[in-house]
Formats: sequence, structure tokens, C-alpha cells
Amino acid sequence: MSDLPEYNFAYLDEQTKRMIRRAILKAIAIPGYQTPFASREMPMPYGWGTGGVQVTAAILGTDDVLKVIDQGSDDTTNAVSIRKFFARTAGVRTTTRTPEATIIQTRHRIPETALGEHQVIVYQVPIPEPLRFLEPRETETRRMHALEDYGVMHVKLYEDIAQHGHIATAYAYPVKVDERYVMDPSPTPKFDNPKMNQCPALQLFGAGREKRIYAIPPYTRVVSLDFEDHPFERTRISGACSLCNSTKAFLDEVITDDQGGRAFMCSDTDYCEQARSRIGPLS
Amino acid sequence: MNHVPLLSARGLSKRYGARIGCEEIDLDLHEGEVLAIVGESGSGKSTLLGLMSTQLESTTGSLAYRRRDGLSVELDKLSEMERRILLRTEWGFIQQDARLGLRMNVSAGGNVGERLMAVGWRHYGQIRSEAQDWLARVEISADRMDDAPTTFSGGMRQRLQIARNMVTKPRLVFMDEPTGGLDVSVQARLLDLIRSLVALTGLSIVIVTHDLAVARLLSHRIAVMRQGRIVEIGLADQVLEDPQDPYTQLLVSSVLQV
Repeated sequence: MSDLPEYNFAYLDEQTKRMIRRAILKAIAIPGYQTPFASREMPMPYGWGTGGVQVTAAILGTDDVLKVIDQGSDDTTNAVSIRKFFARTAGVRTTTRTPEATIIQTRHRIPETALGEHQVIVYQVPIPEPLRFLEPRETETRRMHALEDYGVMHVKLYEDIAQHGHIATAYAYPVKVDERYVMDPSPTPKFDNPKMNQCPALQLFGAGREKRIYAIPPYTRVVSLDFEDHPFERTRISGACSLCNSTKAFLDEVITDDQGGRAFMCSDTDYCEQARSRIGPLS
Repeated sequence: MNHVPLLSARGLSKRYGARIGCEEIDLDLHEGEVLAIVGESGSGKSTLLGLMSTQLESTTGSLAYRRRDGLSVELDKLSEMERRILLRTEWGFIQQDARLGLRMNVSAGGNVGERLMAVGWRHYGQIRSEAQDWLARVEISADRMDDAPTTFSGGMRQRLQIARNMVTKPRLVFMDEPTGGLDVSVQARLLDLIRSLVALTGLSIVIVTHDLAVARLLSHRIAVMRQGRIVEIGLADQVLEDPQDPYTQLLVSSVLQV
């Protein structure tokens, strides 16, 4: 026996997981609706993915394979510590390969490799309410959702065009789920918005501090809000990954020296590695 | 011209516990009519306006409204969704404090466009040109269109509020002391604007004011309130020139003559 304290499987006690699963089921039944749940204190600070971690803990089984990414990367602090957390408290297999994972917990990105029906993607959400910046009262935003009173959502996009000439919102770009609820896709870049539409994988969103869970069931229509004469546009990236030469992936711009040198590379590290192993290293 | 009243109140009362907000109000408002509600502070003017615009719930009484489609509806029987649709398509509300009626951190154009977007407009160019058109009508120049109302003067804010409400061509606008706190020359321009809108669009207005001069300039009929009741109602000139009720006589004679 080790000296380590004994945790229940995946840290949370069974009653808590049951409560979270109930919230998840309700969220799946009403796509895009923010279901309240009794968020627990987790052994990490708010803003580090406590919502996502609780959702993952509630759905994790012994034969699941877990992948955790932060900004598309498998090896940043947030991703490494959450992966370790579940390896230790649940003893599940972890992976960095997207196709091998059954549960992918993410902050910001949706993997470039298309997701399949056997997979669940869990998003960490800081601010679940898309109407929050326009309407600070929670009682009022709930009423607006209930009555589909979403005119104000377009005011935000209008302001963007009036000020910048185009819709400048680049992340947390609002979407309409299943032609009913307007939803904030957490801080994912709008580049990833089209991947949510008709996605074969189940998508779950957990906001720990705000105590909300919402979901997009597999094969659900997800439409980014826009204007007829200013349609939704994916972020365009003028460049190619300096490691794998990809032009289709979402690229990060990296400063390479203090002489103004810059390089692009894939934000999805697994996608980049797989591409490199197929084509061999670039000269 | 339809002779069924646009808005019709019967026995409308509002009590705040034991205190009376307003009591047994019977009132008809016809299409194209401007009705002023006057009275001293605390006489129940704003409570009555709140009741008629469904922002307050009445304790007893009924309120009927004839919609654009000709159908009369009992306002207290409308669902919340129907009520909101009515509020943004057929009605307008001008607040005394423009900060309550505007989105202060959204540009003037966005403020005017919001109602259009709420009723389903999804073409940016069209929304913008419609907003610009209305801003021009309330004499806000096109180069201020993308400025937030925080940078506007009091008079401009009130005119912006009017444009924001008028853009969906409402049939009935409620106004709560729209000229309160403005200096007299700005007041005069605002009153001119409201008069021309009434003449051009056949709009009906219920305006609450304690300023009898405003009531005289704008309204066709005046209702005088005291302690929650209407003590006198009649044609504007009649009420002001030949007041019957002792309280109205007192009110009219208290106006300072310049």
C-alpha cells in the first residue's frame, strides 16, 4: 500500500458524479441550454478548468482513454496537470493522439483531426453566458433565453462592423444551437466554430465558477450568427506551419528572436506531429 | 379612422399595500391622439403610465389594446412573449432619464438598429441606412452615428431615444417627462420634433408631465390627477382656460407668467 490518500475513482464521490450526470443528461436533452449544477471545489483554482474537470470526472470510465489539450497543445501546464490528475485519481490510460482518445478535455481548441462518434469532447468554459456583456442581470438573461429575445446579440456584431469594418470577434463567437438557444462556445477561436456543426462526437461544456453545464448532442445544427451582407468567416491565416507545412490548420504566430523574426506553427501539436511523421521532417 | 379606442382602461387601480398608487381610472385613448397626464409629484401620474404600458401590474381593473391587425387584446392576458413583441413593434417608451432608455456603451447607430435586429432584420447595410435615416430625422448628424451616447448632450440623448423608439414605426408611444432637466431652448426643439412626428405619422402619445406649458403645446386632451384619481379630463384648451375642478384651478393659477 502506498502512503497516498485514497481517492474515489476520478476524485469526486459517487453522489456528486450522479448529480453532475443528471445535469449533463438535461443539458443534452435541451441543446445549448445552460443547466445549473452544484459545482464543487476542486483541487485547482477557478479558471483552470474546474468545470471541465468535473464533467470529465463524471463521465470517465475505467476503459476510457483521456486526452487533454490547452490551446491545442498537449504539453502546456494546464493540460499536463489535468492529465496527471486523472492518471493518478482514476488510473485511466492517457494519450496525446486524437483518434485514440475517447474523452478529450479542451481549453480553447477543437482538434484538427475530425472527431468520431466514439468520442466526447469536454470544453472548459470561463463565461457561459453569451448575453453577459450586454445584459449584466442574470434574471434578465435567463428570461431572454426563455423568450428567444436575441436581438441584442446582433447589436454586438453590428458594433464590430461599425467600428472595424468587419466582424472582429475572433473567439467566443456566438452560435445558435439547433435553431433555438444562442450559446457561447467558450473561448474557442471562431476558426473552430464550423467543426461544431453536425459533429459526430458529443460536445459537453462545463463552467465551474459559474456553475453551468451545457451540451451539443452529436449531429446537431450549430450556426454562427452573422449578417446577410457580412457572413461568418473563418479566420484566414496567411502562412504555413514552419514544422509540417500545413496551411489548413489553425496556426500560432511565434516570435523566434528579438530581431522581429516570426514563425507560424500549428496550434494543434498532435496534428502537427502526425503530419510530420507522414511526410518526414522539412529541410 | 377607427372609432374603437386604441387603448382603453376600465377601473384600473394600483395599490402599494395600503397606499394608493392610482384608483379607479377609466380612460380611452384614440388613434392619433396625444393625451397629457398632469398633476403634482406623487399624484400617481407615473404609476398610471406604468400601468398603461404594462410595466406595472394592476391590482384591479382591465386594459384593452387594439392591435395593428385590428384585434383587441386584454393586455393582462398576454403571455410574456406576446407582450415583448408588442413592446418592440407597436409601442415605444421614452424615459425621463435617457440612460434608462438607451444602451449607453453602444453606438448611436447600434441603439437605433437594436429594435430592427430584434424584429429580425439581418442585413447590416439596410439596418445602417435605416438607422441613419432616423438619426437625420431627429437631427443627429451622420458623423456622430458611431459615437456612444455617453458623449452626447442631454437634448441629443432624448432625440436619440426618440429615434430608437420610432424606427419600428410604433403606433403608441409613452413618454415620462421627456423634457425634464433640459433647458428651454432644447425643450422647444424637442417639442417641435414630437409635434412633427405626430403630424407626420399619426402616432398616439401618452405623455406624463408636470409642465402645463408642455401639455398645452403637445396634447389634444389633458387628464389632471390628484391623489391617484383623475379629477378632471377634457380638451387641452378647455382644461387650461376654463378649469372646473378646484384643484385644476389651483394648478393652472400656480403657473408663473413670464
